[in-house]
Amino acid sequence: MIANYGYKDGSGEYYISIDTDQCITCPVGRACLGACPKGMFESMVDDYDDEVVHVKEQFRRSLAYDCAECKPSTGRGPLPCASACTPGAIGHSW
Amino acid sequence: MITAGIDMGSRTVKVVLLEDAKVEGAPALQFVVKGKHLMFPGDLDADAAADQAFEEALASAGLDRGAVGAVYATGAGRKMVKFATDSVTEMSAGAKGASFFYPSARTIVDVGAEEGRGIKTDGSGKATDFAGNEKCAAGAGSFAEAMSRALQMSLKEFGESSLRSDRSIPMNAQCTVFAESEVVSLIHSSTPKEDIAKAVLDAVASRVCAMVRRVGIDNDVVLIGGMVHNTGFVKSLQTAMGVDEIKLPDMPEYVSALGCALLAATQRA
Repeated sequence: MIANYGYKDGSGEYYISIDTDQCITCPVGRACLGACPKGMFESMVDDYDDEVVHVKEQFRRSLAYDCAECKPSTGRGPLPCASACTPGAIGHSW
Repeated sequence: MITAGIDMGSRTVKVVLLEDAKVEGAPALQFVVKGKHLMFPGDLDADAAADQAFEEALASAGLDRGAVGAVYATGAGRKMVKFATDSVTEMSAGAKGASFFYPSARTIVDVGAEEGRGIKTDGSGKATDFAGNEKCAAGAGSFAEAMSRALQMSLKEFGESSLRSDRSIPMNAQCTVFAESEVVSLIHSSTPKEDIAKAVLDAVASRVCAMVRRVGIDNDVVLIGGMVHNTGFVKSLQTAMGVDEIKLPDMPEYVSALGCALLAATQRA
C-alpha cells in the first residue's frame, strides 16, 4: 500500500508517502525509525496484519514545520529518512 | 456469527449489524444486514454515544450483546469505542464496504463531516493506496454545512440550488473561516445564491479531487460518506475528476461501518 500522510493547505501540499509493501521485507532493519531527527516514524501492525512503518499521528498536521530542519532553503542535502530507506519506500511531496 | 461495525465519525456514530449466512456449497460467505442502521450524534461523550447507538441497533434487531461475536470500530474516534473487539482504519473499512456494493470499484472517495480521503483498491476489497487531509476540513462536509448556514439555506436546498447555476466563481480561500468571508462578500455583491452554492461546492470538490489525484483515478469511482446526499457536490466532483460516472451506494454514510462488520466477519471466521 502507498500510504500518504499529510495535508494540503494554503501554503502547499505536504505529504510523506510510504510504500508499506516494502516495509514488510525491509532489508535495513527499519533504519528510518532512528534516522529521522524528530522521531516521526514508528512501526505498527496494519489492518492486514503486516508490520509496517507510519508517520506518528501528532506529526501528520505539521509536516511543513517538522521536516523543516532537514530541508534548509539553501545547501539542502539528502533527507535522512529517505537515505536510510535504501529500498526507496519513503518519498516527500515537497 | 453476528458481527458489528461501528463508524465513530466526528459528527455521527453509525452502527451496522451483520449476520453471515453460510450457504451450503457456496464458495463465499453471503452477508445479510441484520437490524436497522442507526446514526447518533457523536457528541462530547463519544464512548456513551457509541454505547447508546450500539444498544439501539441491538434492540431494533432483537439481539443482546452476547449474540454479537465481534465488534470492530473505525472512524476518527475508533479508539474511544471501549467495548470494541478491535479497530481498523477508515481506509480499510471504506475499501471493504465500497467493494461490497461495487466489486468493480478501484477508486473510492470518502467525504464525511470533517475529513475527506481518496482510497485505491484492488478489487478484493483491500486498500492499496490512500491519501487524506489530516489538517483541514475545507474539503469536507462541515465546510459545506458552514457555508449553507452563511447562505441561510438547508443543506438539501444548498446542494440542489447549485445545480441551477452554470457560472464558475473561483473561491480562493483555503480555510473555512476565510471562505465564509468570501461568501459574505459575494452575498454583498448580490451574487445569486445558486452561484455562490456552486462556487462553494466546486471548491470542496476541487480540494477533494486534488487529494484523490495523489492516489490516481481509475474507474469505477465510488463516492461514500454523508456528502453523497449533496447532489450539487456529486456533480461538482464528477466535473472536477473528469469521470463519466460516480457510483453512489444506497446507504453512503454506513459504508465504512459495513466494511468494518465485514472485516470482523472475515477475520474472526
